[in-house]
Amino acid sequence: MKNIHVSTKVNGDEMEFICPPDETLLDALRGRMGLSGAKEGCGTGDCGACTVVMDGRVVASCLVLGAEADGAEITTVEGMSTGDTLHPLQQSFIDNAALQCGICTPGILVAAQNLLERNPDPSETEIRYWLAGNLCRCTGYDKIIKAVQIAAAEMRGA
Amino acid sequence: MNFISKTKADFKVVGTRVPRPDGVDKVTGRAMYGADITVPGMLTGLVLRSPHAHATIDKIDASKALALPGVKAVVTCDDLGVPEDASLRDVQDNCLARGKVLYHGHAVAGIAAIDMATAKKALKLIEVSYTPLPHVTDVDAAMADGAPVVQEGRADESVPAGSHPNVTTMQEFGHGDLDAGFAKADKIISRSFKTAATHQGYIEPHACLASVGTDGKADLWCCTQGQYFVRELCAGIMGMATSQLRVTASEIGGGFGGKTTVFIEPVALALSRKTGRPVKIVMTREDVFRATGPTCSSSIDVKIGMTNEGRITAADAQLRYQGGAFPCETVSMGAQSAFAAYDLDAVRTQGWNVLTNRPKEAAYRAPGAPMAIFAVESVVDELCQELGLDPLKTRLLNAADAGTKSSYGPTFDQIGLKATLQAALEHDHYRAPLGENQGRGISCGFWFNFGGNTCVSLNLNFDGTVGITEGNPDIGGSRAAISMMAAEELGIPYEKVRTIVADTNSLGHNDVTDGSRVTFAVGLATIEAARAAIRVMCERAAKVWGIDPDAVVWEDGCAKPSGPNAGAFDPMSIEEIAASASDTGGPIAGHYEVNAEGAGVSFGVHIADLEVDPETGHTQVLRYTVFQDAGKAVHPDYVEGQMQGGAVQGIGWALNEEYIYGEDGRLENAGFLDYRVPVASDLPSIDTVILEIPNPGHPYGVRGVGETPIVPPLAALANAASRAIGARMTELPMSPPKLLAAIMAKG
Ligand code: FES
Ligand code: FES
Repeated sequence: MKNIHVSTKVNGDEMEFICPPDETLLDALRGRMGLSGAKEGCGTGDCGACTVVMDGRVVASCLVLGAEADGAEITTVEGMSTGDTLHPLQQSFIDNAALQCGICTPGILVAAQNLLERNPDPSETEIRYWLAGNLCRCTGYDKIIKAVQIAAAEMRGA
Repeated sequence: MNFISKTKADFKVVGTRVPRPDGVDKVTGRAMYGADITVPGMLTGLVLRSPHAHATIDKIDASKALALPGVKAVVTCDDLGVPEDASLRDVQDNCLARGKVLYHGHAVAGIAAIDMATAKKALKLIEVSYTPLPHVTDVDAAMADGAPVVQEGRADESVPAGSHPNVTTMQEFGHGDLDAGFAKADKIISRSFKTAATHQGYIEPHACLASVGTDGKADLWCCTQGQYFVRELCAGIMGMATSQLRVTASEIGGGFGGKTTVFIEPVALALSRKTGRPVKIVMTREDVFRATGPTCSSSIDVKIGMTNEGRITAADAQLRYQGGAFPCETVSMGAQSAFAAYDLDAVRTQGWNVLTNRPKEAAYRAPGAPMAIFAVESVVDELCQELGLDPLKTRLLNAADAGTKSSYGPTFDQIGLKATLQAALEHDHYRAPLGENQGRGISCGFWFNFGGNTCVSLNLNFDGTVGITEGNPDIGGSRAAISMMAAEELGIPYEKVRTIVADTNSLGHNDVTDGSRVTFAVGLATIEAARAAIRVMCERAAKVWGIDPDAVVWEDGCAKPSGPNAGAFDPMSIEEIAASASDTGGPIAGHYEVNAEGAGVSFGVHIADLEVDPETGHTQVLRYTVFQDAGKAVHPDYVEGQMQGGAVQGIGWALNEEYIYGEDGRLENAGFLDYRVPVASDLPSIDTVILEIPNPGHPYGVRGVGETPIVPPLAALANAASRAIGARMTELPMSPPKLLAAIMAKG
């Protein structure tokens, strides 16, 4: 199998890497670009720990090939904060204790950010369904849902 | 240890909702979990696992794999010694099978190669010849005459002669005259129950990186709930001196008891020893399901007698748990927990652990208790229905209290069960109206809690800030709780304390992060370490002032002279004492080492509203409230988080989660698609009510809170479902086909 040359944009930075054609985007992010924020919880698209945004769409990066990232724009949890200022969602997760072990947190934050970009004022049910692909085994989701609602209100300037 | 006289009630930091110290790391992706570390020269390790439920290993031929370029080593059990200690040998044989594979997924060999692609290719080239043997995966079948024997000669002295060889232990707890008790009852109900095995389901698969030097000194990085225990297990298995292995715990992506032992760590160490290079192994999710955890499945009979007024006159339970292919003790805790919530004159529980061809059980949050209490609380609920009694008032009438001789022996100290039941009784959830096809279930829950070996070191920096070194991986916010207790005791702001988790060489032995022990035991040791440092700081101030150290007190982060002969000196702040430490005798620290007792048991009460669709058997949890005694909630957010997370795991156990084995003894649902844990859209908000009945065994009254919340949901939901459909549900999970069958059978 010949390796593939990929040019992509990750969190606003131009990135180039070479990978085998069957390598996942998750492995490329973690292994080649040193971005270990996205986690592998299942490798089969069922847990959401590897969630990133690719060309505006929430994807399970374990189900995307690294080669597919060619020409794409990708956002990972590492791209959420600017300098020492956290994204309101990140701050809200800390303030509202929306994480325990934190392994699900990067994926949930990325997915929630995408939701709020589409709908700045989602209902509780909408948040619960939007995040249904992101498993959290620790929190029972309650504080996560509240943290998203609070961040959304803040971002709307409410 | 009894701290009653000192138990504090006026807190400045404890009880507030401060931000957790690892928060920023975890929301930015900076935190380093098990799979996140890489080092130069690292090899990739993989583990070959058994395709059979039970078979002898006749031959392992790795020559083709080793001939593949890039493959550096293959290890089997022959690369490890044979430890004397039987329990250590079991752990080892679970990591790499010896002679026989005992379950589908049992590890057979490990391989190390230059990268994942090579390792995967090589794994397929290892040739193993097996002779399949008959297998058994169900607990009742495994006790029956003629059942295949999983391991010979594993019964301990507690097992009565004539039992099937798969029975490894038999326990009995209780007191009083059962026959006399049942004779006094107006109504007796006997029922049998079954629960499926469930997995801890942490989102982070097991991962480790091992590096063994040619001098025999080794380092291990891994995601674990207890680096010291990992060190002991691995050193024992590798035949190394404990001092030669240093284990560092990564951030941990969930554990719930499932990361309290080793699976891949000895394999990585053996591969590293053989290759002279660091070796990293990360489990796949499929391997996590096939070869780690889960908890036991169970088969339980319960018989309870009650008067027309609701007083329980006698209670009896038989518990049969399968803990997989190696002996385990979980049933003992189940048998002790079964009737712990009740004040009973006549009670007996008997428990049997049984071997099956399934993975070795690993602890799962309050191990053993949820199934036992599911069975007991179901029968109590049914008695209430039959006798037309209020289920909460009936439990209150029978509730254990301070001075009650527990069903498992000890007499309870101050406990919060009655207050918790009362709080539930008064809550508006309990009186809210229900609609058609809806039911409300309640259940009590109990867990022992635990203290154990604990060391804490507290160091005062020259700028007056404080470093705490403790030895328990932070699995749910414990660094925040520890920092808070240090700040509280020292009288300084929370932000001035930084707590870190030590590697095994940096602090004395600490027991595993389990048994809901950390906030209790590490907190206790932290408070005592702070008190030790305070004594030193008072001495230093006394030295500067030229007065007796006994004439110095510590208040609000300052040393102050006190008493008639102390003299009039301005208070000396912790910053001033720290800054002058070099001149007054050198660095200042406080240590505390203890095998902590007095953990104080914990009780919870859950109320669940469930709707069952009569057409499909589909369930929807409508409303859920958790009431639990925390002793003292050090960080209420994280106490609530434990209550909510535990409840949801219990909801999964009750409604959906199960290990499904085929006739061939193979696990059929080894992935998150088919082993479905609750997702956000399955659930309502989980309401919480924290009670604070101080634990006299802790200076601030703290009790463990982490495990109790998984205990009541099984029965709470089964009771809700039974009331919703008008038929008693006795098997978990209550998946739609089972509920539908129960609805149809009712006619
Ligand atoms: S790792 Fe990609 S969805 Fe689980
Ligand atoms: S916080 Fe642990 S899985 Fe979500």
